[in-house]
Amino acid sequence: MSYIWNNFAEIVTLSGEHLTMVGIALVISLLIALPLSVLMARSPSLTTLVTGILGTLYTIPSIALLILLLPVFGLNQRSVIVALVVYTQIILVRNIVAGLQGVSPILLDAAKGAGMNSWQRWRQVQLPLALPVILAGVRLATVVAIAIATIGAKFGAGGLGTLLFDGIAQNRYDKIVAGSIVVALLALALNYGFLALEDYFDTKKRIQRQAKRQAAPQPMGQIQPA
Amino acid sequence: MGTIRFENVSKEFPGMGHPAVDNCSLEVTEGDFVVILGPSGCGKTTLMKMVNRLYDPSAGTIYLDGQDVQQISATKLRRQIGYVIQQIGLFPHMTVAKNVSVVPHLLHWEQEKIDRRVDELLDLVDLPPAEYRDRYPAQLSGGQQQRVGVARALAGDPDVILMDEPFGAVDAITRESLQDELLDLQRQLHKTILFVTHDVDEALRLADQIVIMQRGQIVQYAPPLEILSRPANGFVNQLVGGDDMVRQLSLVRVEKVMQPLPPDFRNNGQPTIESQHTLRMALSRLLRSDVEELVVVENGTRTGLLSLQDIQTHDQLETNGQREVNGRGALHEKHEKNATNGRSP
Repeated sequence: MSYIWNNFAEIVTLSGEHLTMVGIALVISLLIALPLSVLMARSPSLTTLVTGILGTLYTIPSIALLILLLPVFGLNQRSVIVALVVYTQIILVRNIVAGLQGVSPILLDAAKGAGMNSWQRWRQVQLPLALPVILAGVRLATVVAIAIATIGAKFGAGGLGTLLFDGIAQNRYDKIVAGSIVVALLALALNYGFLALEDYFDTKKRIQRQAKRQAAPQPMGQIQPA
Repeated sequence: MGTIRFENVSKEFPGMGHPAVDNCSLEVTEGDFVVILGPSGCGKTTLMKMVNRLYDPSAGTIYLDGQDVQQISATKLRRQIGYVIQQIGLFPHMTVAKNVSVVPHLLHWEQEKIDRRVDELLDLVDLPPAEYRDRYPAQLSGGQQQRVGVARALAGDPDVILMDEPFGAVDAITRESLQDELLDLQRQLHKTILFVTHDVDEALRLADQIVIMQRGQIVQYAPPLEILSRPANGFVNQLVGGDDMVRQLSLVRVEKVMQPLPPDFRNNGQPTIESQHTLRMALSRLLRSDVEELVVVENGTRTGLLSLQDIQTHDQLETNGQREVNGRGALHEKHEKNATNGRSP
């Protein structure tokens, strides 16, 4: 543990690199997954095809995939980011499609009948109702991406993996432990962050919170003397 | 505003042996409450959904106030037509106020106007705004949800409202009170309502005119009493239970058969009957009280007379509140002379 306090600045820098890679990869991955899922939710045959391909890609070991990507993207963060996009894609797509398909066709009929165009139906009905499930996908993808990004250090991308690989090379057990702890903490923190967001956008839980607030007793100060 | 004309409208779905809607012609008069009645799969919902272009006809034309609906952009058309669906279809992630204001938002009303409209509508459907505005649909009973559904359909102040088995998902008692409330609303608002149901009692209770469909075709288009007394064929007779007189009497309201108050009417203290009550109730009152006719009252004012003969003989209908109903498909021309719905023109 003392390694973390003594090298705090270095760990912050490495964490920053790590999160930057993960963040960029997730943004790109979402930008691909959202439109793709909208198309897939309409076409079952496309869903089978795309999930098949993405599922196969997901089974490729990360070191193998990175080695394949190196000649194209170079020995830097770009290769790692592309790999993260490939791995998170299947998680995002599966959850977004499930979320969209979970929206009752009756509600879409009602939205259509009220005169919403397809963008308005997506924005006002489908997306908000699918959001908790989509966010669960983003949460899973984030945790997976944080774990996989540690390998990036081997390929010149920096990040918290540096501590692990340096630790192994230098036989510095404290570095390995420090790196593991920080990676685990990052994953946990983001996991709970997204969980909180899911709760916030979940209609059922929102209703429970509202009911609780209304049921809460008035503070003493507001009671008027008789 | 609010006339709908179907001209030789057909709708075929790929992969189905016969057309869902088969060459239907129908004219719906402004302000009429028209119920489309038929067994499931008869094409009634398909016929209705072509009005707001949720389906486009394979052949024929539908005119809304004289304009071909295919010439109006689908979203614009739908925003000017109220729509209440099966199983309510309130958006679970929106509050009652948000649900009701969906169409006004799409029409880009100012927020202040929208807020006023929401409160007005919630008052209209008997859900005090202060209490219900900020609730979510999951916090309402089935009946309350359906009232919000009706308020949502009324929000943009449409001339035409389409209702697709709106009360199918609520229990029998709630359904009856919702039906009464809907009739009350219609008396205030005079919208053109197209209401789809497979429930005969519901149709007879609500309709000014009933459209009976069978295998995609319109079999009869007539007021409830005429459907009962002169069913177009055996199918209609069987569907509405035309032979069961007592059942008929318990479904038809006094206002549908009463005679207008004669100018020389004098109040001799005859027993009265509410115009909303059924003929069955009127009959029992007549039998009990040994008078020739009852005075019909509506909201405390006398509006008409009802005699045993009025109840007995539906043939006399044409003398009552005569009204032109035109362009109702060749099949029904022969019933034309009987067309009436017991209201003044």
